[in-house]
Amino acid sequence: MCSNRCDYPQPTQPVHVFYCKVCTFPVEYCEFGSSLTRCKEWLSEDNPTMFDKFYSDEALQTKIGTLSLEAQAKLEKDTAKKEAKAEAKAEAAQKKKMASQVLIKRIERNKRKHVTAILGLEAFDIDLKKAAKFLAQKFATGASVTRNAQGAEEVVVQGDVADEVLELIESSSGVLKGVPVANCEVVEEKKKKGAEGGA
Amino acid sequence: MFKKFQPSTDISGQTPPKSSVQRSIRAAVLSQWKIEPETLEQIWPKKESLIHVKCREHISIYTVHNEPLFFQHFDGPIYPTLRLLHKYPYILPKVGVDRGAIRFLLAGAHMMCPGLTSAGGYLPPPDGALPAGAIVAVHAEGKEHAVAIGVTKLGTEEMKKVNKGVGIEIATHLGDDLWAVQTL
Repeated sequence: MCSNRCDYPQPTQPVHVFYCKVCTFPVEYCEFGSSLTRCKEWLSEDNPTMFDKFYSDEALQTKIGTLSLEAQAKLEKDTAKKEAKAEAKAEAAQKKKMASQVLIKRIERNKRKHVTAILGLEAFDIDLKKAAKFLAQKFATGASVTRNAQGAEEVVVQGDVADEVLELIESSSGVLKGVPVANCEVVEEKKKKGAEGGA
Repeated sequence: MFKKFQPSTDISGQTPPKSSVQRSIRAAVLSQWKIEPETLEQIWPKKESLIHVKCREHISIYTVHNEPLFFQHFDGPIYPTLRLLHKYPYILPKVGVDRGAIRFLLAGAHMMCPGLTSAGGYLPPPDGALPAGAIVAVHAEGKEHAVAIGVTKLGTEEMKKVNKGVGIEIATHLGDDLWAVQTL
């Protein structure tokens, strides 16, 4: 974390804290996180000496030292429960993610002019602003993030680029990584005749 | 303070403050923490501009190189972020809590007096007593690194006497939404 400052001449060296890659806590706090099993797995592979320090039998013994047995049992139960809960939650989130749709809309603006609106990218952890920038650069057009009538954020690209966007998603290039093509749908939205006449 | 904090919705703007304001922040940090100017210089070099990240409810976070370093509520005291404290653990006075309290702390509870006064806890001795309103690093029994940063609600001597209710109000703890934010 401190890679960019370690090369300054310095009076007091920062303490290097070994953080868990799974739960981001310092490894000694993994036992209070919601992913202890995965943390343990990761640590035993990544840094066996650290693993021994925290999860060997004697380490566990000294840890229990000050707590009564009942309290310890309760704590363990709680941790297991928390873990199960976190897992279920992650699973549900994943399911939801897989089920969510990305809609690529081709909207007619004029007879020959179109804009392309892309909805639902945020479900796949894509930064919409970055996506807009990326698309604008790719197609050499304007692209922006706007809030539509329903209050959802969408990326709007100038010009008819619906097919190209779909291709990009297929090749999962740049920021559009991780979007399954099966969830994408291209739809066309024509201007209604009545609306045009009325305006 | 950071129980619910979402960078996408809760940040209203990022600006570099005036250099005079930066100077006063630097002075405030030096006077409030036990830190040498050289070390601060290393954390936050003079040439690097501080960025003031304004958040909802008058919380400001200060970042250097997009990395949050300090935060502040209104004009209140300046807290280091927990990651910064882990690197320089001596900048704040320490208190310790017993093992039973850790999981409540991690769930976002304030620190109650009994957890500090019990066998596993640690409060500074009478000659090093802290007044109410001091910023403290909360360490946990049997752990090396701090688990939270808070501000004392009672003086440490008073805590030992009263031994009831909130002793330390937690500003940020391990695993809260500020912890989740690594870069802004």
